[in-house]
Amino acid sequence: MTALVLAEQATGGAIADATLAAITAAAALGGPVHLLVVGDGEGARSAAAAAACITGVERILLAADPAYGAMLAENVAPLVAGLMEGYDAFVAAATTTGKNIAPRVAALIDVMQVSEILSVEGPRSFTRPIYAGNAIATVESADPKIVLTVRGTSFEKAAAEGGSAEVEEVSGPEGTGADAGLSSFVSLDATGGERPELTSARIVVSGGRALKDGETFERIITPLADRLGAAIGASRAAVDAGYVPNDYQVGQTGKIVAPDIYIAIGISGAIQHLAGMKDAQVIVAINKDADAPIFQVADVGLVADLFQAVPELTEKL
Amino acid sequence: MKILVPVKRVIDYNVRPRVKADGSGVDLANVKMSMNPFDEIAVEEAVRLRERGAAAEIVAVSIGPAKAQETLRTALAMGADRAILVETEQEVEPLAVAKLLAAIAADEQPGLVLMGKQAIDDDCNQTGQMLAALLRWPQGTFASKVEIEDEAVIVTREVDGGSETVRLQLPAVVTTDLRLNEPRYASLPNIMKAKKKALEVKTPADLGIDISPRLTVLKVTEPPVRQAGEMVADVDALVGKLKALGVV
Repeated sequence: MTALVLAEQATGGAIADATLAAITAAAALGGPVHLLVVGDGEGARSAAAAAACITGVERILLAADPAYGAMLAENVAPLVAGLMEGYDAFVAAATTTGKNIAPRVAALIDVMQVSEILSVEGPRSFTRPIYAGNAIATVESADPKIVLTVRGTSFEKAAAEGGSAEVEEVSGPEGTGADAGLSSFVSLDATGGERPELTSARIVVSGGRALKDGETFERIITPLADRLGAAIGASRAAVDAGYVPNDYQVGQTGKIVAPDIYIAIGISGAIQHLAGMKDAQVIVAINKDADAPIFQVADVGLVADLFQAVPELTEKL
Repeated sequence: MKILVPVKRVIDYNVRPRVKADGSGVDLANVKMSMNPFDEIAVEEAVRLRERGAAAEIVAVSIGPAKAQETLRTALAMGADRAILVETEQEVEPLAVAKLLAAIAADEQPGLVLMGKQAIDDDCNQTGQMLAALLRWPQGTFASKVEIEDEAVIVTREVDGGSETVRLQLPAVVTTDLRLNEPRYASLPNIMKAKKKALEVKTPADLGIDISPRLTVLKVTEPPVRQAGEMVADVDALVGKLKALGVV
């Protein structure tokens, strides 16, 4: 079974951590792993050169065309579907890019995708979360080919160095070309800036509805995150209340994180939120309600008024 | 323009699902069921587009058991004009749902399909993308803003690094994310009116679609439980603990 993995680039051009985890999942299927790098010209070429060094990747397929620059599903999916004649499995990270493209590929090749897998149990069987992580299903596919998206925090990252794959150039379906002519990229409004990316940060500081408003969230949470070099997250309640943008949301409908340390501040610990962070190595919770469910999963808990405790913590660290 | 809004009947958002003791699935007997919350957002957005004059008719469609008629009545009470139920007691996987919806889209010729990004039961997050693929239409997934502009729809998408805006040629499929809108509650008069709106029932066979599953669920288990740790008395003790853990 040969697997084709879709590569995504992190800011700065390196191959994204989520892709490195997807490579590990693809290797667990038991056959060779090839990596598809798509993008616009030079950026894609240098990413392909970097990708060739990843341990465990046998070959790099490079599709360089302006139409692949923004990784629009309408353009990338037909390219992948065409390549799938030579592959038994297509694997993408369960990022917003992977989730956008993989089901489109699956439908084009008439395969039922297995979404956001947590483990590979066999070449055709996988575990995945259902009901917001309240249950784990083991499923087996009867399709001739496999299409998977992979939860990055559930797999080790493949080593970015040590490999020596050959790079082969590929192009989109004959006749139509790379641009399907259905969609175009307009703009990207990036949040975060210098801060580590939420899903790959070593430390995450998250705030909940108890932070009152956006200004207070910023005043209480940001200095602590700065002190720790941490990414900032939030509960769905804090996002719904408009304190922070949606891409800060940790939870089943937001991001799934598994940092070394997760510090939950003023977060009660709804099941929806726990589904997104319970794989953290150490969970620290600060909440004034001693009965908050977050304390049932926290390794270290402090019952205190966060408006006093968090600034004090920031100062003493 | 006509808007097609697929809606799914799922376990209510506030109910905690329980895994059956025999590991065959999640216990749905006597559990409150509601419209999938992301689909509610899709119905709301369709109604708002019609209120802004960008749409003329809203058709709600559901694939599921006879009881999914209740879900369709909810969509009608929120403002959909008529409804279609593709009735089956069988579990239908996203790929088969997408094929059924593609067949309905071929009949109805909508200019836009607006639907939830994922259902909160199977959490697949696939159906909209698959439908767009089968129709060879563009897709605007995880939408936080939707604007119709001539022959195109401008969609702002919630992506990992922030928000991305794309321009899609119509007809298109758009899937909704949480921040797109806050769905309205149906008023009593509208709930009464909804009972009189047309609701057509079809079967997968009527549409000529094979809905046999491709995946077999071998077992369903509870997720691993995390044990509670230690409570500390004050910030100094917490700092000590964090230092011991090597955070600082």
